[in-house]
Amino acid sequence: MTGKLTLSRAINEGLRRALESDDKVMIMGEDVGKLGGVFRVTDGLQKDFGEHRVVDTPLAESGIVGTAIGLALRGYRPVCEIQFDGFVFPATDQIVSQLAKMRYRSRGAVSLPVTIRIPFGGGIGAVEHHSESPEMFFAHTAGLRVVACSDAAEAFTMIQLAIESEDPVIFLEPKRRYWDKAEVDTATPLSGALPLDKARVVVPGDDVTLLSYGPLVRTCAEAAVAAREDGRSVEVIDLRTLSPLDMPTIAESVDKTGRCVVAHEAPVFGGLGGEIAARVTEACFYNLEAPVLRVGGFATPYPPSRLEDHYLPDLDRILDGVDRTFEF
Amino acid sequence: MTDSELIQLLTPEGERLAHPMYPLDDSEVDLKGLYRDMTLVRRVDTEAISLQRQGELGIWASLLGQEAAQIGSGRALAPADMAFPSYREHGVAWCRGLEPEKLIELFRGVSHSGWDPAERKFHLYTIVIGDQTLHATGYAMGIQRDGADDEAVIVYFGDGATSQGDVSEAFNFASVFNAPVVFFCQNNQWAISESNERQTRVPLYQRASGFGFPGVRVDGNDVLACYAVTRQALRAAREGQGPSLIEAFTYRMGAHTTTDDPTRYRIASELETWKLKDPIERVRVYLARSGQADSGFFEKISAEADELGARIREACRAMPDPAPLSLFDHVYAGSHAILDAERERFAAYLDSFESEGASR
Ligand SMILES: Cc1ncc(C[n+]2csc(CCOP(=O)(O)OP(=O)(O)O)c2C)c(N)n1
Ligand SMILES: [Mg+2]
Repeated sequence: MTGKLTLSRAINEGLRRALESDDKVMIMGEDVGKLGGVFRVTDGLQKDFGEHRVVDTPLAESGIVGTAIGLALRGYRPVCEIQFDGFVFPATDQIVSQLAKMRYRSRGAVSLPVTIRIPFGGGIGAVEHHSESPEMFFAHTAGLRVVACSDAAEAFTMIQLAIESEDPVIFLEPKRRYWDKAEVDTATPLSGALPLDKARVVVPGDDVTLLSYGPLVRTCAEAAVAAREDGRSVEVIDLRTLSPLDMPTIAESVDKTGRCVVAHEAPVFGGLGGEIAARVTEACFYNLEAPVLRVGGFATPYPPSRLEDHYLPDLDRILDGVDRTFEF
Repeated sequence: MTDSELIQLLTPEGERLAHPMYPLDDSEVDLKGLYRDMTLVRRVDTEAISLQRQGELGIWASLLGQEAAQIGSGRALAPADMAFPSYREHGVAWCRGLEPEKLIELFRGVSHSGWDPAERKFHLYTIVIGDQTLHATGYAMGIQRDGADDEAVIVYFGDGATSQGDVSEAFNFASVFNAPVVFFCQNNQWAISESNERQTRVPLYQRASGFGFPGVRVDGNDVLACYAVTRQALRAAREGQGPSLIEAFTYRMGAHTTTDDPTRYRIASELETWKLKDPIERVRVYLARSGQADSGFFEKISAEADELGARIREACRAMPDPAPLSLFDHVYAGSHAILDAERERFAAYLDSFESEGASR
């Protein structure tokens, strides 16, 4: 079956598949049951799978992740929802000190297949703590896989692959794209899907590589269209996986284009762009025509929403980055 | 729980009760003032909701139904006391003299609070559930160290918040250090879509005993009871008797916020039941029946509410967006090379559009 779904709905369908195919899969979080989540991602799942499998938890993120670890030790496959990016921090001790390290500490005896879904990023006019991009705290933590979906088609398969993963996965959902629709292929078996640790060329091009993930993939694709009018051929890559990085796909593109720009909402300083810049420099040094440039959030807290359009990289700022890479 | 556990001084029908442990004579309290406060903050709330509907605010968290809990406790504060709100305490803000326009700013997306907590004796709104309970406890530990025995602290949080580790930690720190802090839990029965049974198996006020301090449950829709109970708890804190927990039993009559749709998770009849316990109506009935206020008084307050509503509406519509470069302000006390460079570069970037526009 193929049809157009919103990104929110596509994750919902992916979760439903996971719940159907493995009775150890559970969903837990605040307001995920009766309400179906504040973004309706878990809509209807409690009704269909019961309160034991789709669990409205007490309001405590450390509790959610901590008990998910216990459930995983007991053979379950919990999918935790953190209601908003800014509320993952009460759970960071459990994620960083326990979830990420258990396999290592047990010399491989313990697997914790826990998925932590986090709606992330800004652009929805929200109050504080509802628009953050906390991915680098987790990408910096060994033992976690960190992925970000960018559209409905990707989200549908990626959430299932994340749940299948034997490792803990931080699963980032671009909240301002929840209502974007895309064609979703629900017929092809999951085994045919692009693996979780692979990036994907979204728009092919020859002159410059534009890398992004999550909410900005769409903006980058729009930038590629705009750049084409100026005679520039931009290759847009959706990273999909932030840890690990799919360096072969990235390097292949940059070796071809000789230029690279990375865009993310998270602050540039200490952001993924820096890691990519270093790796691209090592991998593609002799083919580079310009330094790798970064376009991202500023070294400030996420601002009040009336300023967020200035904080967030938009089409113009991304194009400005692309332009600057031709100045060298 | 039995009704006798619920401290009440004014019934939903507007009947005045006495309570042996919380004596309160009508002469000790400005009940007309409390009526005015509650009516005006309800108007602030109504106005804000409609401003949000008109696209003027990003979101609004309504206090509808919780006016008595907030005004009763807020008016029990002495000027030197410090209050730590969560994000729904517009009534307490009012009592602390914070202009409603400041709250409008926050929910419009113009600021992240932006007032000076020390000047207002009212801390910034805290949106991350439960965090502020520890701040309040630490502040109270400071009062203790200063020997400031004329000051106490009150901290507001919800029923859902009681599930957070930080809140339990705050209870324990406060108890261990005998800190002068009053934990004021507004149990409005709901944490977004989750009812009390998802947060607790015992009545919330009973949590206190496990930590070693007193806890009481007060009718949160009874402004007099909230006033009397809070006044006494603050007094005890100032006198060195340590922390206490007040559970104000109330009801969130509106949606969680303007983006929420409560019809998905609660039945309409529940709201109907609580409407009969409205915090303002019972005061009106009592004031009128006891001859403390006539229709002229109520008309005056209603006209004042209209004026306030109009004032807020205008202020909101006239509120300019912050200047783009202000997003770089107040991150650090001093200069910060990376941030400063980013500001400079962004200023130049913005200028490039202006000059582009000018040349066209
Ligand atoms: C740490 C954290 N997790 C989740 C949220 C999202 N959230 C906002 S309000 C709320 C429910 C709070 O319920 P309660 O404490 O009863 O306060 P009320 O809203 O009823 O006043 C939730 C889950 C949050 N703000 N902070
Ligand atoms: Mg509540």
